[in-house]
Amino acid sequence: MSETILEIKQLTKYFPGIKALDGVHLTVRTGEVHALIGENGAGKSTLVKILTGVYTLTSGEVLLDGKPLVCRNALEAQACGIAAIHQEASMFPELSVTENIYMGHHIIHPKTKRVDWATMRKETQTLLDSLELEIDCNTLVKNLGVAQRHMVEIAKALSLNARIVIMDEPTSALSLREVEDLYKIVRKLKDDGKAIIFISHKFDEIFEICDYFTILRDGRYIGEGLVKESSVDAMVNMMVGRSLDQMYPKKEVKIGRPVLEVQQLAQTGYFQDVSFTLHAGEILGFFGLIGAGRSEVMRTLFGIDSRSHGTVLLDGKEIHIRKPSEAMGYGIAFVPEDRQSQGVILEMSIAKNITLPQIDALSRYGITHKKRELEVTETFGEKMEIRAAGWHVDADTLSGGNQQKVVLAKWIATNPRILILDEPTKGIDVATKAAVHQFVSEMAAEGMAVLLISSELPEVLGMSDRIIVMHEGALTAEFSRDEATSDSVIKAATGHTAGNGGEQ
Amino acid sequence: MIRLQSLRKITQRRDTSLIILIVLLLAVVTMRAPGFVSADNIQRIVNDTSILVMVSLGQFFVILAGGIDLSVGSVIGLSGMAAAMTNQYYPGIPAVVVLLIGVGVGLVLGLINGVVVAYGKVPAIITTLGTLSIYRGLTFVLSKGQWVTAHEMTDSYMRLPHGNLFGISNLIWWGVLVSVLMFYFSGYTRRGREIYAIGGNKVAAKFVGVSEQKIYMIIFTLSGMLGGLAGVLWTSRYAAAVNETASGFELQTVAACVIGGVSIAGGSGAVPGVILGALFLGIINNALPVINLSPFYQLFIQGAIVLGAMLINTVSERRREQELLKGRQR
Repeated sequence: MSETILEIKQLTKYFPGIKALDGVHLTVRTGEVHALIGENGAGKSTLVKILTGVYTLTSGEVLLDGKPLVCRNALEAQACGIAAIHQEASMFPELSVTENIYMGHHIIHPKTKRVDWATMRKETQTLLDSLELEIDCNTLVKNLGVAQRHMVEIAKALSLNARIVIMDEPTSALSLREVEDLYKIVRKLKDDGKAIIFISHKFDEIFEICDYFTILRDGRYIGEGLVKESSVDAMVNMMVGRSLDQMYPKKEVKIGRPVLEVQQLAQTGYFQDVSFTLHAGEILGFFGLIGAGRSEVMRTLFGIDSRSHGTVLLDGKEIHIRKPSEAMGYGIAFVPEDRQSQGVILEMSIAKNITLPQIDALSRYGITHKKRELEVTETFGEKMEIRAAGWHVDADTLSGGNQQKVVLAKWIATNPRILILDEPTKGIDVATKAAVHQFVSEMAAEGMAVLLISSELPEVLGMSDRIIVMHEGALTAEFSRDEATSDSVIKAATGHTAGNGGEQ
Repeated sequence: MIRLQSLRKITQRRDTSLIILIVLLLAVVTMRAPGFVSADNIQRIVNDTSILVMVSLGQFFVILAGGIDLSVGSVIGLSGMAAAMTNQYYPGIPAVVVLLIGVGVGLVLGLINGVVVAYGKVPAIITTLGTLSIYRGLTFVLSKGQWVTAHEMTDSYMRLPHGNLFGISNLIWWGVLVSVLMFYFSGYTRRGREIYAIGGNKVAAKFVGVSEQKIYMIIFTLSGMLGGLAGVLWTSRYAAAVNETASGFELQTVAACVIGGVSIAGGSGAVPGVILGALFLGIINNALPVINLSPFYQLFIQGAIVLGAMLINTVSERRREQELLKGRQR
């Protein structure tokens, strides 16, 4: 029923000193959602960049409809019918949906020789309607949500007559409901005979939406198969080359006495009436949809945003945190979600990054003590298993996973009593994830109290002693480790709690 | 409630809220000086503001692409001087040709800015800060420090802005012509739209095949040409080409853009807003003496207005983001 549209054989790509891809195979058929799986650094991005004309291959063959594919840039790739959906990066926020779709190839009216807005708007609306998107073509993109932007990106690819659509971790910034909408579109594309290359770290997604998979490891082709004939264990095995027996190495810890008590905390417009207690040695998970207010609660606790109401008790004494430095003074550390813009300073060395929060303690007369800086870095860098050429190389030379480890090491080096983690494993590969989980678990065992925000259900379920669920700025449920199930937690997160079931 | 919302919608659009503001301003000034809103005086104000409108529109495209052109004042000075001296030494050359020479000088000066920014990869603010001095210095070199005064200019040269058509001065017609052309360029040509793309998201623009270099060349050349045109009209209007012509004028053009709702970060803004922004400044400048406010306050008030406009821009942007967030929670 489906025919091969793209065939990659023996593809090899060398960068100076590195073999990024080594004899990779990939066969994509029409009407297929093809999962491309691999850890960070496995070569997925390189492969995509070759397909979209950013890189040229060193050796091997890329056949489109049986003919060699030659494209030297994204434009030529588009002309060949290959479109990559980038994560937000390729939008013009200040311009309308219509123009975002037509930028670079505006329709020019044949007679008047001017930009033909009427036709462009009509075509765009037809396209949006055909995807069953409730988006007006005149809306400025900056007024769209993340998910809708994504849909517009897809619409754009279709307007260019894309036959192969590449989606690189399309769900990473979407809430559960938005992911459902995305799936709907992906299925529609599939029915229309498009081929979709779907890059993801999340197995539940792969099993939900993908038909076929190809696995890469260290730039090499490892295997392929039908998704429904495989299993998570088998895929993980192929991805990492070993089985991860313990995906969530949660240690049994004796929960200590209350450390942090939050009472009726509120910030107008974001969340209200948030109360909870955090104990020593406890990992308290926060689950909810994007926009539920979890990050805002943590930012308020840490003194980044100001609260409009509520009290915070530390060891039973009321404290008033007005700015992050005060929070750090009380032994609270905050690892933010967006490590690129809020966590790591890319132009600084690993050592400088890790020791930044305690730069005063490591300095005398304003001059840093090099040896002690290195000692601290070594202790925590090795603990976190950061893989780098040296402690003095700049952070931007590291992979995403290792950057995340640097951020973690940096805060843990301050020896905090309370650690706030906001999406600590977002967008990093399985092995790094496991290392982070292992580490967090160990820290809790040593008596640290952890607040863990995560949008990945397995992570919250697997790591937390207790789970608090938020929905639209309010706490909707609390579960102990034993009580919590995927179903009950998701229901609470979407507002389907007892009493008001049926409400969105 | 419904009425309140539609009112908010109106004030959210920069051009409509500027029109309301201008009407209010005119009303307030009229209370103090009844003759201010007469047809004559309005024409005088628009006439006075025409040059600012033209040059601000050139500035608009540069800012829209994420740059800034600080050299426009000097471009006006140098091309104005070049045109006036041509007229002085070769009075036989028709005024229209002199005008084209002035525009040509502006074009070359703009082109130089464009090449340095597009191919030399020097940031626009640095490039034009440099050429601001260079072009001003060249003006002095060219004129040897001398002025060209009224009796050294031909009548036809001075008629370029002063003549009139249907009772409206040529200078205003020039402003209208430039405004219409720029409105068309920004809204109905591919290149015009691509300027929005470059200013909005450079990487994305590249991905859809928009050439950053080409756009930079276009906007700086355009800004230079409009500066050249303004230089000719300026020297002929005031019947004098001095070495300091339009010194500091670049700041007024930036101010007109900011007041007109153009984002200084690039990517957003529109021609009507810029025209209204320039007119707003023109009215303020004309109104201050009329209401007996010392001209010493002019700069101060202009600066305060620019800061105020900036604040409004950022506050409304933040409010929009918050509403978007709340919208997501639903």
